[in-house]
Order: sequence, then C-alpha cells, then structure tokens
Amino acid sequence: MTEHVTVHPRNRLAAWIEERLPVFSFLASHTSGYYAPKNFNVMYYFGSLALLVLANQILTGIFLTMFYNPSAAGAFDSVQYIMRDVKWGWLIRYMHEVGASMFFIVVYLHMFRGLMYGSYKKPRELVWLLGMLIFLALMAEAFMGYVLPWGNMSFWGAKVIITLFSAVPWIGDTLVTWIMGNYFPADATLNRFFALHVIALPLVLLLLVVLHLAALHEVGSNNPDGVEIKQKKGPDGHPLDGIPFHPYYTVKDLFGVGVFLIICAFIIFFEPTVGGYFLEPDNSIPANNLVTPAAIKPVWYFSPFYAILRMIPSKGWGVLALLASIVLLFLVPWLDRGKVKSIRYRGTGYKVALTIFAIVFVLLGTIGADLTAIWIPEIFGANADVTFIENLYGRILVILYFGFFVFLWAYTYFGWERTRPVPERVSMHE
Amino acid sequence: MATEGINQGRRRFLTASTAVIGGAGVIVTAIPFVKSWLPSARAESAGAPVTVPLGKIEKGQMVRYAWRGLPVFVVNRTPEQLEWLPKQDPRLRDPMSKESDQPRYCQNEHRSIKPEWMVLIGICTHLGCVPDYKGEVRPEPFDPDWKGGFYCPCHHSRYDIAARVYQGVPAPLNMTVPPYHFIDDTHIQIGVDPKGAA
Amino acid sequence: MMRMSRTLTFILLPLLLLVGTPGAFAEEGGGLPSANTNIHDQASLQRGARLFFNYCVGCHSLKYLRYSRMAADLGLTEQQVMENLDFTGARFGDPVISAMPAADAQKWFGKDPPDLSLEVAAKGADWVSAYLHSFYLDPTSQVGWNNTVLVNAAMPFPLWELQGIQTAVMGPAQDGLPPQVEKLVLKQAGSMTPVQYDQAVRDLVSFLQYASEPAALERTHIGAWVVLYLALFTFFAFLLKKEYWKDVH
Repeated sequence: MTEHVTVHPRNRLAAWIEERLPVFSFLASHTSGYYAPKNFNVMYYFGSLALLVLANQILTGIFLTMFYNPSAAGAFDSVQYIMRDVKWGWLIRYMHEVGASMFFIVVYLHMFRGLMYGSYKKPRELVWLLGMLIFLALMAEAFMGYVLPWGNMSFWGAKVIITLFSAVPWIGDTLVTWIMGNYFPADATLNRFFALHVIALPLVLLLLVVLHLAALHEVGSNNPDGVEIKQKKGPDGHPLDGIPFHPYYTVKDLFGVGVFLIICAFIIFFEPTVGGYFLEPDNSIPANNLVTPAAIKPVWYFSPFYAILRMIPSKGWGVLALLASIVLLFLVPWLDRGKVKSIRYRGTGYKVALTIFAIVFVLLGTIGADLTAIWIPEIFGANADVTFIENLYGRILVILYFGFFVFLWAYTYFGWERTRPVPERVSMHE
Repeated sequence: MATEGINQGRRRFLTASTAVIGGAGVIVTAIPFVKSWLPSARAESAGAPVTVPLGKIEKGQMVRYAWRGLPVFVVNRTPEQLEWLPKQDPRLRDPMSKESDQPRYCQNEHRSIKPEWMVLIGICTHLGCVPDYKGEVRPEPFDPDWKGGFYCPCHHSRYDIAARVYQGVPAPLNMTVPPYHFIDDTHIQIGVDPKGAA
Repeated sequence: MMRMSRTLTFILLPLLLLVGTPGAFAEEGGGLPSANTNIHDQASLQRGARLFFNYCVGCHSLKYLRYSRMAADLGLTEQQVMENLDFTGARFGDPVISAMPAADAQKWFGKDPPDLSLEVAAKGADWVSAYLHSFYLDPTSQVGWNNTVLVNAAMPFPLWELQGIQTAVMGPAQDGLPPQVEKLVLKQAGSMTPVQYDQAVRDLVSFLQYASEPAALERTHIGAWVVLYLALFTFFAFLLKKEYWKDVH
C-alpha cells in the first residue's frame, strides 16, 4: 500500500520540475512510501526479476532489430550475421534468447507464488487478472519472436500454432489464411509477426505491467501469511508489519538479482542452448516448407499446454481444452471461495491439490517436450506401445489438471476445507 | 523497527561499494552494445584493401575505384600538369596541405608517394559531391586560367591537379588522400600504408 | 529457515525432474558414441580444417564462415590460409563457398550438397562423428555408398582413402521386412589405422563444431569473468541486505 510522500528537492532544477510535475514525490511514494509486509520469502523475488527480464528483452531486442532482416529470404542469414559478423552480436542474441526462457521460468514461479499464498483473493483480483493478461501477451510475444529466426522449427511452429485457429467454427480456414497472409507461413506472415513482436505487443506488455503495478500499489502486497498488514497500524500510522520497499526490499531484491544473474550468465556463456531446450537443434536448419522436422514440438515453455492439446483425440475439443486450461486460471479468484489466503493455514486438501497441480503441470511439460518417447521404452521395454502408454498417462494428467479447478471450487463452495486459525500478525522465519 | 545502534559508517560504505561495483558492471555491459554499431565483419570485408593495376592508365588519364564505398581517383599525371603545381601556390587556400587529411607520406607539393601518381578520395570537402576530372591545361568556362584539376559541378569548387582547393570557392579543404602503397611498380594497394609508415 | 528450504524444494524439484529425465540432454539420435570434440584444442582445429578443405569443400560450403575469421580463430596467417586452404580464389574476407556449381550437384546427386556451417548445431557432434564412421560400399545405391546412420544418404564417401572400405554384414530378413545392416566390417584397409581415423574424424568434427558457432571460443572465457564479477556483486549486495535488515525484527 502506498503512502503519499511529498519531496522538496534542494536542487533548484529538480525543485523547478517538481513544482510542475511531481515526479520525485511520485517515485518516493512508490518506493520509500510503499509499505510491504516484512515477511516476504524467496518466492517474492520473482516479480522484480520479471521486471528485470522485461527490461533486458527490450534492450537486447532493440539492438537485434538493428541487424535482423524480416524477410523470408534474409531472416535466417541475418541471424547468423548477428551471431558471427556483428561485433558482440552473439552475446546480444543469447541474452535475448535466454531471457525469453528465463522470463517464463520467473513468471511461472511468480504465478505459483500467487496460488500458494492466495494473492489472487480479494482485494487483489484485478492484480491477478492483469497478471494473467500479461501472461497471455507474453505467450503471444514469445511465439512470434520464436518465428523470427525463420529456422525450420520457427516455420513449422508457426504453421502448427496458426492452424489451431482453423478449429474456430465457420470462419476457421479463412482466419488461418488471414493470419498468414498467404497459404503457408511466408514473407507476409514473417513481416506482420515482426511488427507485432517488436512494436505492438511490447507496448501492450508495458501498459499491462504498469497497470499490474498500479493495482498492486493500490491494494498492497500480500505475504506468505496472507495477513492484511494495513489492519494493524502503529502510532506513526505505518503498518506494524510493513517496511518501506525502499531501502529494505530494494537491497533484498538487489541480492536476488545477483543470484539470478549468476544463473543467467552460466546459461548464456556456458550452455546457451540448454541441451536443445532453449534453442532447438532443428532451428539451425533454414525454414523448409516441404520438410517437417523429425520431432515437431513447441519450445519448452509452451509444452504443458501443448500436451493438453495433444492428449485430446479431437481437434475442436483439443483446442477448446487448451483454451480452457488458460481461461480457468483467469477464473481462480472466483472458483476459490475460501476465506483463508495462505497455504500455511489452509486445509490439507488444498495443500495436496496444489502440490499435485504443480507436479502435473511439469509432467505435462515433459509430455509436450516429447520426453515420453525416450523414457517409456526405457521403463516398459523397447516393444512397449509408446502411444498407448503416453495417452493413458497423459490423459490422467489432463484430468488432474482440470480436476484441480473443479476440486478448488467444490472444496471451498461446500465448505469441506478445514482451515487453521490465521494469526493477527505476520510471522518471521529466519 | 529499531533504529538505535545502527552502524551508519558501515551502511554508507556498503551502499557506496555496492553502487560502485554495480555501476562498473553496467558500464562494462554497455560496451558490447556500443561496439555492435562498429562496422561488422561483412562491412570490414567489403571495405578490405583494393589493389589497383596501374599499367593501363595512360598519361593524363583518371580511373575511379570504389574503396569502402568511397570513390577513389587514380590519376596518371603528365609532366605538364606537374610543372604547373608549384606555380598555383599563391592561388590556393592551403598549398602545403596543413589543414587537410592525408597520410604524412603524402604531405608534399604533389600530395602523393610518386609525383606522377595521384591517389585521392574524390569527394568535395564542401558538401560531399563527387567532382569532375578536368585534366587538360586549357581555359575552361569556370576558369580561363585553368591548369588542370578537379571541378565540382554542385557548387563550383575548384581544386588543382594535386586536389588542393583554390581560394574563393565554397570548399574549405583540400580533398582527402587515402592510405596506399606500391606493391610493385605497376600495382598500388589502397587502404594499407607503406611498410614502416603509419 | 525450515520453511524457506521447503519453498526452495518446491522450485527446484520440477526443474530437477525436467533436467534429470533420462536423455533430456542427449542430442538428436541419442545413444551414439561421444564425438569427444574439443574446440579449444587449436592444433586439432587446424588439422580438421585441413581435412575439410581437402575432402569436403569440393561439394560443401561453410557459407557463414569467413576465411579471415577462421584464420584469426585458428591461429593461422592470411598467407597460410590463402595458399593452403583457399582453392576457389575467394578473397580473404569472403565466406567459404564450395567449388562445385549447383547445377552439377543436381545432376550428380539429385540434390544440392548441404551447407555445413550449422551441421553440428543441427545434428550434434556425436551424430556427425557417427555418420563419418558409418559409410559402407553398397552397389545397389546410386552413388555406390550407403550409410547406417543416414540411410540412403546421397553422398559418396570422400574419406575412404583414409578409413578404408567398409562393407555391411546383413542380418536375417524378419517379418517380411528387408534385411537390416547388422554390422560393418573393414574390407580394405585405408591409409590410416582405425585409431588414426578416429582422431581424424574427431579433428574434422571439432572443426565443424567450431564453424557452427565461432563465438563459442571466446564465450566461455568471457563467461568465467562475468560469473566472477557477479559473485563479487552478489556478495556485496548480500552484506548490504544483511546490514539494512538489522532494522527489521
């Protein structure tokens, strides 16, 4: 929650500006005037880390745009031009490429944090909704960025994902042709994806991030105890369990940034492809509209959703299930009728369900990433029916995924949850 | 929140040192981004030194070559053209080429390594047009007393046969001489200084 | 602290699951013997380059690699490269283009020999190494050669003088399927012993691995310094955090 701080700059220029546009007061109000609960744990690093990655993507993206050539004939070559001929181009590209994957890691953990501590519950529903919109925009942004190198995975990824729209009744096929601007992913597709990736979606993302933060600063941060800190204020008017974001959380986040950057640097400099997960081998082959890559699968961060699509034996229902798997996340604030926010004080049912949900999400990811093709023969022998086992196993996971939302609603709607008493004040664990 | 017993000195020291270390990191991180704007390996390859055979350039003739995307003029000067060079000095802005851009081994009366071979970047120092070669010693419409040289059609700047600019024209400086050297008697390479001269 | 470590487990467990899944890090065609390449062994890269320019460049280009870049990275002079490796009259700053006209390639092999700039990035070093070990004489094939790693590869085997000539021992026909290759045997020795040939392939694949990402040479060296710097920064940030958080109880 933000407390208004008025700044009177001593510097004359700053004072002149402040009188006309109170930027310094604004900044102070949202840093040293923003009281955050003092009991944030490690899960609370990911919001600021997501902001850091966003900044990295914008900076490196601007520079890549200077050297990239958005044409079907020149795109692939221009990526190699960046990797080899442009001074330090390889570093800028790897920062962008690793940044994309790190963005999703950070955002998935950030969302999971929200589910753990009930950060989507009243009064933070809008914070959650805006966050989900960011996630949606990020998926579109990442998908279009993935198409730009115009390797064979880019091409076929574009083709497969765009073809999903053919499941739309009546206008599906027309819609697909309209999106591609051709009868297969071609120059027109690449050009519009480039425009959307470098201009339109970044603007949308930035706007949503500003709204997400504005909404958060209005209602204040949740915390691992799910206690509303503004209900207990000290004689000075500040929340007893709150500390100013600056300096306490700026220095703490700085430490988090350091650890995070060490991980990023290890990937960028020592394993930038992450064994083919961040950069896929088949994308080192130029786009070829006549030859599909042997293993066609989306990049890892889409694989859980892709697995849901693949496990449904019907095109229309598959796309619908894919859509539902994301839409249901939007609805979580209303599906969950429980009054207790934090998993610390919620019923055992919720703890078990959320744990299963997280594991199911990762396991669905391994199906989407086609790891099942490797480990099913290893476990069940070379003659095992991979498709049958994968479908059986995958469909159980899909049911568990959707089951989480059904359970969450029933568990709280019918009052089956046995919660523990929530303390008055937050607890510190050191 | 307890504020007593704070070691302000330690706090200030740690804030300052973290800021300095972080700031240094930001500056070093900026280097790759700044350097990415330098000519790429492709541009460097395209701008590689150019070898020019001199054998087929006749006396009094000029041939153009492209080096780094710039027009390079190579002129085989006649004795008559060379004869007039010192006599032009009073009419020139900078006869000794003190202000203009040329390798030190070309800062002489004829602005070249060998007197007969003139090598220059054919770009007018006024606004970047490419001057015409007017080699013949004869009265010209723009100068009845013309002794051979270069004439810029854009704004009528005039240069003598050593690309030195005349007085009373808009161009401020003599035209630029690129680095070059003689591989042998009949070949020069543009873009590389002679051995031992830099 | 207890709770924090539990939370950490929550984060790390899924990652470990993903990373620890068998074969997760295997490149395409898992189960191939390791190519054992080392792009930081400059002598090996030089030998590999020599092999490439003697046996491969006739058909295959490295269109994203410039002679000048290769010279700098492999510790060769301009003169060495232009005299010993540049057979096409390309300039020093030009990329490596093959000597064969595309029309001939279409006529002889039915397709263009692929550019090899990104072969290792696309297929993995292990695959390329295995491929170069797996040619055998096959009179039924159009080019006279076949390969167990890439069946019906439209490519004659240029290294046969070195490795020698292998032939296939076919297994029994099963379930109506044509017989499969059981193993390859060396019918006629080449100029190299098998051990020497293994090393030659290692050199060649190392060179191709370098060619697929020249920046890899400097990347790891820079990375070590970056990580060191970040460790220092994080240490100071940690002390700073500790200092300020003395206020918070």
